[in-house]
Amino acid sequence: MSHVSQPKPTEKPYDLIIFEPGKKYDLPLTLNLRQLAEERRPMILPGHRLCAGCAAPIIVKLVSFALRGPTIIANATGCLEVATTIFPYTSWAVPWIHNAFENAAATASGIEAAIKAMKKTGRLPYDHIDVIVFAGDGGTFDIGLQALSGMAERGHDVLYILYDNEAYMNTGIQRSGGTPPFAWTTTSPVGKVIPGKSQEKKPIADIMVAHRIPYVATATPAHWADMIKKVRKGIEVDGPAFIHALSPCNRGWRHDLDLAIEICKRAVDTCYFPLWEWERGKGYMLTDRSLAIAKNPQLKQPIEKFLEVQGRFRHLLKPENRHLLKQFQEYVDAVWEDLLNRAVNAPK
Amino acid sequence: MIFFSKKSKPKIPLEKQKLMTVNGDEAVAYAVKQCYVDVVAAYPITPQTIIVEKYSEFVADGEVHTEFIPVESEHSAMSACVGAAAAGARAFTATAANGLALMWEILYIAASLRLPIVLAVVNRALSAPINIHCDHSDAMGMRDSGWIQIFAENVQEAYDTTIQAFKIAEKALLPVAVNLDGFFLSHTLENIYMLPDDAVYEFLGGPRKVAKTYVDYLGKEVEAKLDPANPLSFGPLDLYDYYFEHKMHQVEAMKEAKKIVKEVHDEYAELSGRSYGDGILVPYEVEDADVIVTVLGSTGGTVRWVVKKLRQKGYKVGTVRIRLFRPFPFEELREILKGAKVVGVMDRAISFGSFGPSFLEVNTALYDLKEKPLLVNYVYGLGGRDVPPDLVEKMFMELLEDAKKGVVENKLRFLGVRE
Ligand SMILES: Cc1ncc(C[n+]2csc(CCOP(=O)(O)OP(=O)(O)O)c2C)c(N)n1
Ligand code: SF4
Repeated sequence: MSHVSQPKPTEKPYDLIIFEPGKKYDLPLTLNLRQLAEERRPMILPGHRLCAGCAAPIIVKLVSFALRGPTIIANATGCLEVATTIFPYTSWAVPWIHNAFENAAATASGIEAAIKAMKKTGRLPYDHIDVIVFAGDGGTFDIGLQALSGMAERGHDVLYILYDNEAYMNTGIQRSGGTPPFAWTTTSPVGKVIPGKSQEKKPIADIMVAHRIPYVATATPAHWADMIKKVRKGIEVDGPAFIHALSPCNRGWRHDLDLAIEICKRAVDTCYFPLWEWERGKGYMLTDRSLAIAKNPQLKQPIEKFLEVQGRFRHLLKPENRHLLKQFQEYVDAVWEDLLNRAVNAPK
Repeated sequence: MIFFSKKSKPKIPLEKQKLMTVNGDEAVAYAVKQCYVDVVAAYPITPQTIIVEKYSEFVADGEVHTEFIPVESEHSAMSACVGAAAAGARAFTATAANGLALMWEILYIAASLRLPIVLAVVNRALSAPINIHCDHSDAMGMRDSGWIQIFAENVQEAYDTTIQAFKIAEKALLPVAVNLDGFFLSHTLENIYMLPDDAVYEFLGGPRKVAKTYVDYLGKEVEAKLDPANPLSFGPLDLYDYYFEHKMHQVEAMKEAKKIVKEVHDEYAELSGRSYGDGILVPYEVEDADVIVTVLGSTGGTVRWVVKKLRQKGYKVGTVRIRLFRPFPFEELREILKGAKVVGVMDRAISFGSFGPSFLEVNTALYDLKEKPLLVNYVYGLGGRDVPPDLVEKMFMELLEDAKKGVVENKLRFLGVRE
């Protein structure tokens, strides 16, 4: 950590988000985009090297708008991490740490414990510091599940945000436990006998509900107000919270660069990715567009609407694969029906 | 070996120190309790478990302010320590054998992020076959990870070294592993002297103070921690244009660490009256010795006892216990060994297809000598196999024989293994 170069003070160091020690912070929850753009700075700065059209930085920006005060970010290995911090640069305007691929939840547990210990001994110059994790689907559904489960069971006050691009994108589009059935990836290729991924998507958010942590929700960057509200709730609850955010990846999903938000909308409209939240004592509640669909089932779109704009499902739309498409629709319907049965605010 | 200072009275005289009967694990737990540690994360594994059991009692009884994280694996234990230390806390964990192996990935990260974490390694054999008893195969697996590694010989030293470790780590900005032999020390009761709490607090300078770093984009010196007042990014992607330089920083830090280990040891000796050689090597009867044996950990005591016995019979033998294994004290060891005819290197671990790990280091230390002693490697005590004085004596007699002959035929020998 020794630095030899001479200080060259800059007027204002980029657009860092600086919280002064000793001050009380309780930033209001604002849901007016214009106001947000004027008053809040995103914690991810321009100049990062994520692909054009990637949804991950949009998710991070929306999360920024929900902060209530001093915040520390822990990031698992993956696209978001490698593309935002190529030394000597960083895109992070808040304190940020990357430890390894599978241990973001354990790292956050340690940070949260440190905050508690320092607060107890009067060494924390803040009222509170929120700890947020960003991790991809690989770092969450698969290799990181153990650490995540441990963090949840021990009750650390951490908000864990999964940005789910449904494959290992950073290593070049390999299938993960979050990859949907029939999707093409480099390790679930569409071959002569196997039509893409043979397994279904692991129900990660339900797995987190099963941990009975205080708050679990799904979100997409297209449903931005819904997302900001959920992030804020996740920060405010005492104990672990988990948000499963869909994060389209044009590289891996093989869609046009400008479609990330459109695809999120289609994912919700087809009920491929329903929006809901679960709170301890309240149960499952549909939110935003998914609640509207539950109330007006005719709004529900066929799954083709979600699949047709993505190259990874191209084979499903071929006439000879009708039966696979039917299977996919049945899978989506079953997940949706199951959710309708559980959601306390779904019309019965 | 513990030398109680005879010349000058320690700052805390023995009558002010508390005499306790504890085993090695408990001694470490008591030391950690006195070190104002903010976060302890740990996962049970024999023979380390008593450390965290004992520490959990301190936490449960409200005797410490520590946040105790009962993690779900050793991988997470080290990960949580990295998070805690990066946030500015003083952090500790303990493990052994398979647990240490599971930490491997994060050991490198802790050292490379320059986090002053302290880890007690209660040395135990690696599986398979599964074996819970002492050898150093676990510690040798982490030797290239960038951690300072110190080996204690007895329970008193395990206690003293744990306290020193926090100070060394925070001065050197490197993590420190304190090694104590499984069962031989971890489960053996000894009478030890403990410093008063406030003396340890003062020795460490109170709670952890985070080192400063200069950050040009902030245009100022800031504490190197996760701080909402000064947002820094820890653990970025570092490609071929900078990674090498960052590794050089670690090389430099390790060079510096040897001095720091000595300084902290001396300062502690003044305080407590207890010293272990110069803090890095503990020589015994080496001045005119024809045969010198190097050793790590608790076997040091047995070897010294045998040396004493053989000296009484007129044999010119000596021993040096290597207390600091990383960074390895090449020059200092060369000074001690250069007059010997034969050097025996005892290793409680083996590198398959090579020699014992410390043999390679001693070899390197001696290479620059014009007149080199003959070298023999004795691998002993794997999986907790006992090393009674008779066996050590047999080794010395073989080495004396080698010295007489002036050649070594069999460089790699196994002590106490059935033929
Ligand atoms: C222990 C370990 N195994 C494998 C890797 C290689 N690796 C780095 S990122 C990555 C995939 C990340 O995928 P995901 O978590 O889905 O995030 P994404 O890149 O898709 O955003 C893998 C496999 C690693 N860094 N560490
Ligand atoms: S590969 Fe996909 S997830 Fe990764 S940066 Fe590019 S668009 Fe985003």
